[in-house]
Amino acid sequence: MFEIFTQLADWLVYRLMGLSPDTKLGDALHFFVEDVSKIYVLLVVMIYLIALARASLNVERVRDFLAGRHRGVGYVLGSGFGAITPFCSCSSIPVFLGFTSAGIPVGITMAFLLTSPLINEVAVLLLMSLLGWKFTLLYVIVGMGVGILGGLFLDQIRAERWLQSFAQKALERGRQHQQPTQTGPVEKLAFSERHRFAKTETGEIFGRVWKWVIIGVGLGAALHGFVPDGWIETHLGDGQWWSVPAAVGLGIPLYSNATGVIPVMESLIVNGLPIGTTLAFCMSTVAASFPEFILLKQVMQWRLLAILFAVLLTAFTLVGWIFNLLTPFI
Amino acid sequence: MKEIKVLGSGCSKCIKTAEIISKVAAEVGTDVNVIKETNPEAIMNYGVMSTPAVVIDDQVVHSGSIPSQDAIRGWLKS
Repeated sequence: MFEIFTQLADWLVYRLMGLSPDTKLGDALHFFVEDVSKIYVLLVVMIYLIALARASLNVERVRDFLAGRHRGVGYVLGSGFGAITPFCSCSSIPVFLGFTSAGIPVGITMAFLLTSPLINEVAVLLLMSLLGWKFTLLYVIVGMGVGILGGLFLDQIRAERWLQSFAQKALERGRQHQQPTQTGPVEKLAFSERHRFAKTETGEIFGRVWKWVIIGVGLGAALHGFVPDGWIETHLGDGQWWSVPAAVGLGIPLYSNATGVIPVMESLIVNGLPIGTTLAFCMSTVAASFPEFILLKQVMQWRLLAILFAVLLTAFTLVGWIFNLLTPFI
Repeated sequence: MKEIKVLGSGCSKCIKTAEIISKVAAEVGTDVNVIKETNPEAIMNYGVMSTPAVVIDDQVVHSGSIPSQDAIRGWLKS
């Protein structure tokens, strides 16, 4: 079903522009046109369908659902909702405070916030179409694992000690009045309302991610066409231990969302970079970004921010090492 | 003079929300004072989690998106 995009690229690059498939430029451009057109069509169709299905899910309902849950299931649920609930990253702080003032432990809130950038419907979709379902499943498990274990760890070290004092007080108040803060009964949405929501969502998400797709696929195409075949494989293909922390370090100053990084992931893997190293690089690019961390300063003290950063970097490095070790068995 | 607060951490949608409210108010000739509230503690105290949100006379009337012009006209009338 995806051949149509290959044909489109054949026609545009080889016929219309007259480039030869044997040249580097022709090869890279063909890859670019094929991937961008495929991803755009997939994005529009799938964002719309998914938005239809989840029109009535929002952060307020997730908060009501998580408030007063047992911690054990709390982390898993927090991380799971982080993966599927739509919210703009500019709302991270109000969401953090909303959860906190409902008495939800910091670890569960962070499981939600950490998983959220790593996994979303667009990322899952792109992974499925570019790298297949096995890799997608692996990615989802690892992403949720980082959220769940990160949250668990933060509660173990009693991270709430290092919140800003107003947030600490809000958490304290929330714990004392653990009455469910109902946002009212779930209203049934008519199809026309769902359609309106899905249309807006599609426009909004597409408007936000289209340029990332171009950048990501562009980088991927450059790798594809210009990095000599076998270079990555020869130099980094054995999953040398230092290549993983190096990949994580390289990912910190780079900032992209999951949508932009996945096309790059595809070309790295196709070019022979081991899965663990690729995962480590991509997760670090997506989740460990300075602008987001500076925002969190409004609710956390420096100490907690530093711990959180260290936790993420350690987690990504471990993920990289474990997957590089396991690759022969997958 | 109505006092209208737009809650949000300064993202582009919050700025647009403030602009559109001022614009609609000018069209219908209502005198308004639009204030952008970016302090996270203040936003928390209104119980708002999805920004941008709109507060009129200390009541949250809208949250989670840029409000439609029709909705804004409704608030300005009442």
